[in-house]
Amino acid sequence: MSDRPARNAIEVRSVSKIFGSGEARFAALDRVSVEIRENEFFTLLGPSGCGKTTLLRLIAGFDFPSEGEIFLHGEDIAPLPPFKRPVNTVFQSYALFPHMTVAENIGFGLEMLGKPRAEIEARVAQMLKLVRMEQLAGRRTSQISGGQQQRVALARALAPQPKVLLLDEPLSALDFKLRKEMQIELKRLQHETGITFIFVTHDQEEALTMSDRIAVMSAGKILQVGTPWDIYDKPAERFVADFIGETNFLTGTVDGIANGVGRARLGSGIEIPATIAEGFAPNGAATIIVRPEHARAVKSGGHLAGTVETIVYFGTDTHIHVRLDQGDVFTVRQQNSRSQSCGFEIGDRAGIEIAADGAQVLRD
Amino acid sequence: MATAAETAKHAEQEQVRRRWLLSTPALIIIFVAAIGPLFVMLAYSFMAKGDYGDVKFGTFSLDGWTSVLFQRDIFDDTLGLADAHLSILWRSLRLSFYTTVLTLIFGFPTAYFISTRPPHTREIWVFLVTIPFWTNLLIRTFAMQQVIRNEGLVNTALIWLGIIERPLQIMHTDVAILLGMVYVYLPLMVLPLYASMEKLDFRLVEAGYDLYASRLQVLWRIIIPLVKPGIIAGSILVFIPSLGAYVIPRILGGGKNMMLGNLIELQFGSGRNWPLGAAISITLMAMVMVALLVYVRNATRSGAGHG
Repeated sequence: MSDRPARNAIEVRSVSKIFGSGEARFAALDRVSVEIRENEFFTLLGPSGCGKTTLLRLIAGFDFPSEGEIFLHGEDIAPLPPFKRPVNTVFQSYALFPHMTVAENIGFGLEMLGKPRAEIEARVAQMLKLVRMEQLAGRRTSQISGGQQQRVALARALAPQPKVLLLDEPLSALDFKLRKEMQIELKRLQHETGITFIFVTHDQEEALTMSDRIAVMSAGKILQVGTPWDIYDKPAERFVADFIGETNFLTGTVDGIANGVGRARLGSGIEIPATIAEGFAPNGAATIIVRPEHARAVKSGGHLAGTVETIVYFGTDTHIHVRLDQGDVFTVRQQNSRSQSCGFEIGDRAGIEIAADGAQVLRD
Repeated sequence: MATAAETAKHAEQEQVRRRWLLSTPALIIIFVAAIGPLFVMLAYSFMAKGDYGDVKFGTFSLDGWTSVLFQRDIFDDTLGLADAHLSILWRSLRLSFYTTVLTLIFGFPTAYFISTRPPHTREIWVFLVTIPFWTNLLIRTFAMQQVIRNEGLVNTALIWLGIIERPLQIMHTDVAILLGMVYVYLPLMVLPLYASMEKLDFRLVEAGYDLYASRLQVLWRIIIPLVKPGIIAGSILVFIPSLGAYVIPRILGGGKNMMLGNLIELQFGSGRNWPLGAAISITLMAMVMVALLVYVRNATRSGAGHG
């Protein structure tokens, strides 16, 4: 399966979704285009109201785009009703049928497809095994726990063997420990079934740990698509850098750009090498970001200088907040060791040394 | 130990006594206004009829009950089936059943429409549904007469359009009674249906579509099973008053097309046969009870036995 060239499971072409009209007109999606490959764990990440659920609903067929096209394996599915799309959804609230048993819920899709009874039973048994729920087949959905309901919802959506599985914040109702468990479970299911997963979440950590690729959304637009590594280490825009992980924003000027790398002159006058986001136009001031773990606090020297303001101990590491001489606060994350403290006291002078590949210039 | 248990027992008895005392007014009302009259009716049904109405007190007779179904031939004194009563009974059952089915057919989409509106407009729709209740039943029935009589709205319009030449005879037929009952009892179906549909989680409907169920399959497999309590409540609320309807068949059905309510009225009025009237009333009540029991048993069985 893996040596076949990756083709697009879903292709969204310049799709807009407008709600209301006149003054109440609101574009939930604004000319969004994205390609989702086959067998991919693809995540739509963004804060609430960014349009990620709207995009999912358009792919599922619960809503229709105001403009644009949606292709599934090259076929335009935008005009099809949801029951004619080989796509299934795991709902945020699970939406299990309360008047049916666990097994009846899982078999519902196959029954509606008109599969023979023997095939349905075999497939339901297989699905129950896949999500480890064999014991509870005859239970009503109101008689099982939240985590179990989640598994039933997954099994129900996977049973008809959809080409694409849509997951709308399926883990948000679970407690922390169960959520961690289900994250691993979801990855396992995706691996075992080989089905394309499109996962919607507002949890950046969930997105980073689970996805093959992530699309970061804000205000009805996709800002950046890339691997978790791309998104975290090479954010293109301020929103992406800010939404995912912790970031230090610095201002400076950039010149000498070649092969996506340039020289960034910081406020202190020192120049450091920096990778440049695609689409960056050098016109005066630029925003340079440095992740807290890509910098070090040093007693003397360094690229920037300031005064230690607060020290926060996190167990695995320590965050040192340094008030720069230019006025901003710069956070440094240092790994802890058992024998030594971080070496700084509040009020100490400190230099900040940025790692050789630690700086990234944003396009906005 | 023993004394403590005894005091506790005393306290409990005291509490039970007080509880009964407090519910006395309610119990008196229930007995005097509801259960008492039933026994009076039952007693009357087993007495001989008086010559000018009323009953002959203390004279036991089964005539009231036998004449529910049978009639005595005036020439040879043999008992034969009372065809008139049977046809009235049959009409009552039939028309009540049709009324229930029709109100369900019209009420279901209405309730669905209301429950899918935005929350603040729902209240307006529910309010509109209840508006007919503000007008007296008698007046609403006469209004219906104005619509369907020979010179009424429907016939005038149809003749003017050239669809028919002579007016359709709708008044004084079973169809007229049915129209009247469907019109009058429709809100009684819509309101309980709406109450259960309002609680329906429409994400379940989306889940159904997502799992390849067509619109009809979503209706049969998801919506109807989930709003079943509303369907049952609405059907009971429509069927029971339909069975005992009096004003509607009296006005729209004329003298010929009687229902049970009219037959009872006739016995207490110009028929001067109170024992028969009492016996038919009790028969009607028994039928309602049977209908209720069938529904309740059906509802509990399908509710629990699905898995």
